Amino acid sequence: MSTILEVQHLKKYFSSQKAVDDISFTIEKGSIFGLLGPNGAGKTTLIRMITGIFYPDSGNINLNGKKFNPVSDVIDIGYMPEERGLYKKMKVGEQAMYLAQLKGMSKQDAFGNVKEWFEKFEMQSWWNKKVDDLSKGMQQKLQFVITVLHEPKLVILDEPFSGLDPVNSNLIKDQIFNLAQKGTTIIFSTHRMEQVEEICDHIVLLNKGHKILDGTVRDIKQQYKQNIFTAEVDHLPAVLQHASFTIVKQNENNLTLKINEGYRANDVLLHFINQQSGIIAYHEILPSLNEIFIRLVEGTPTARQFETIIA
Amino acid sequence: MNKIWIIIKREYVTRVRNKTFLLSTFLFPLLMFALIFGGAFIGANGTEQRKIAVNDQSGLYKNNFKNSASVEYGYPEGVDRNNYKNKGFEGLLIIYSSNQQKADSARLYTQKQLGLSTDEAIKNQLQKINENRLLMARGVTRNTLDSIRLQSENEESLNYRSYQVKGAEIKEDNKVLALAIGYASGFIIYIVLFIYGAAVMRGVMEEKMNRIAEVMVSSVKPFQLMLGKIIGIAAVGLTQLFLWIILIFILSSLSSLFISPEVLEQAQKMNESMPSMAQNNTMALKILQAKTTVFSANWALIIPCFIFYFLFGYLFYASLFAAVGSVVNEDPQEAQSLMLPITLPIILGIFIMINAIQNPSGSLAVWGSIIPFTSPIVMMSRIPFGVPGTVEYWELGVSMISLIAGFLCTTWLSAKIYRTGILLYGKKVTLKEMAKWAFRKS
Repeated sequence: MSTILEVQHLKKYFSSQKAVDDISFTIEKGSIFGLLGPNGAGKTTLIRMITGIFYPDSGNINLNGKKFNPVSDVIDIGYMPEERGLYKKMKVGEQAMYLAQLKGMSKQDAFGNVKEWFEKFEMQSWWNKKVDDLSKGMQQKLQFVITVLHEPKLVILDEPFSGLDPVNSNLIKDQIFNLAQKGTTIIFSTHRMEQVEEICDHIVLLNKGHKILDGTVRDIKQQYKQNIFTAEVDHLPAVLQHASFTIVKQNENNLTLKINEGYRANDVLLHFINQQSGIIAYHEILPSLNEIFIRLVEGTPTARQFETIIA
Repeated sequence: MNKIWIIIKREYVTRVRNKTFLLSTFLFPLLMFALIFGGAFIGANGTEQRKIAVNDQSGLYKNNFKNSASVEYGYPEGVDRNNYKNKGFEGLLIIYSSNQQKADSARLYTQKQLGLSTDEAIKNQLQKINENRLLMARGVTRNTLDSIRLQSENEESLNYRSYQVKGAEIKEDNKVLALAIGYASGFIIYIVLFIYGAAVMRGVMEEKMNRIAEVMVSSVKPFQLMLGKIIGIAAVGLTQLFLWIILIFILSSLSSLFISPEVLEQAQKMNESMPSMAQNNTMALKILQAKTTVFSANWALIIPCFIFYFLFGYLFYASLFAAVGSVVNEDPQEAQSLMLPITLPIILGIFIMINAIQNPSGSLAVWGSIIPFTSPIVMMSRIPFGVPGTVEYWELGVSMISLIAGFLCTTWLSAKIYRTGILLYGKKVTLKEMAKWAFRKS
């Protein structure tokens, strides 16, 4: 796999905050990349630099191996901001055409793509409706279509599912997988961890302008596992205690155990086997991203304090 | 460049297709004409002639009052406060004679108020008669008086002409026409600055509040977005201007069909009897008089200048309006207070213009027409008085160059405010912060 986006030592200081402070990462082509972080971590600022809205104070952004050019590269990027926005009084079809042309598409290409996406989402009848007449969920769908209809190589979605019902969420989720399969890279910014686990291959966690976590979802879970297992037995052994583990939670024959330092998972199993307990289930519990997220972010003040930057 | 063109097209098409555009384009000239000519029409037709009985002890006044459009005088025998109504009069004027060195005193009695115009008309007549009486008392004979009056009251007997000298060429100047054109063009530019400036501001505010700004600036540069909007609205303005010119031409041709010369004559008479009350009529008369001599104006110069000041005056202010629109949050009240520094010089321009029309070569007029904040309004009010002559070529040149330079300057500064403001939510921005954004290095 090749790298589509490379961010090197990116910095952006505002007058009262180090919004993005020396962040680097790379994104593989065709992957779904999760950009996570609590509110005010610097996600939006980072995205605005990648989309060419802000210029970084220092650092490099490379797109497709070349230095990112905010003017000519916009055709390769589709961005759906968290704050959705459309011209309320403009007709749906005209609006989609207008925004596609502003990305640099010709009128004919734009028309073909708009039609194709409208068919995909069964939106053909909306063409002459004003945006004002659409429901919130419909506007959200339209916004997604507008984001992807110029066939960008890199799609950036900021909280794409907020305000959508499960049916429409799945519709968009399917399209995200679909796009990724065809080689489109997707950056997915959110603080909804269950979605990240489901969708993303690779994540970066930001906090207070710094990168505090970077890796694939599996690796990170392995990295932050706390050696907790659940065991289900047919009957409890006579002697439950053993040096290899401590019981975290017990619910009749269901045990949640933490393996003690210096022991391995099999030592626990051996203990139960020696005690003549029949083992029905035994598996490791990996921490959810949510737990890792909270563990890493906790202890730092939730609201960023304003500071004076001399830069 | 191509993207700016797409933006211009959208801004233009959505606005021109809008119903309010059509409505304002066609209603504005109609309203103007209705106001000017309707006023004259009502003024001329609406005055009833009041019958006033004159009771004068000296007998000097008898038959000396001249009936006018608003007052008819009668001199019945033995009239007093109790019986004037029975004799068919609406008012009684009693004149008390004093000595020959002093003006007589007069009292008017009526049951209902007769209005200011009647009062003015009576006072006017009294003054004239008194003047004659005092002159006669000092030995001027009736014959002398009549011959003087014949000369002074006949406008044509006063042979007054004013000329403008341009090198070898001597041209009769038409101050009324210059005044009318200057006043109208200055005022139209004043209105244009406000209407289209506010349209730019509203457009920017709409983009910010609908949160489309962020989607847009991920496709185009903020500067392109701002410039596209400004130019698009300028095109709307020019379209509207051309439609107005056509409409005004048609309407003024039609107005001479609808409004008979008698009505205007009556309006003229009203003016004489009541000079302070007849602004509408004067305006209407001036326009109609101007129409007859309208070809004597130097249109080949005035029209291109008007389009220049119309366009660049708008461009000078439009980006400032855009900058204000970009920093406003949900609260329209905020826009009001931030707009003040922009509206103030425009209003100042109108005040200087009113002065410049009276004295088009004065130093206030000259400076006001060079400084770009007021020049679109003030210069346009001076140009009809003659270039060169009233306005020298160098003044026009400096004014135009400084306006273009001013436009580039305001656009450059505003773009920096706009760029920051359009993506900033929830924060109330002060003028001081805007100034800081405008002057920081990018």
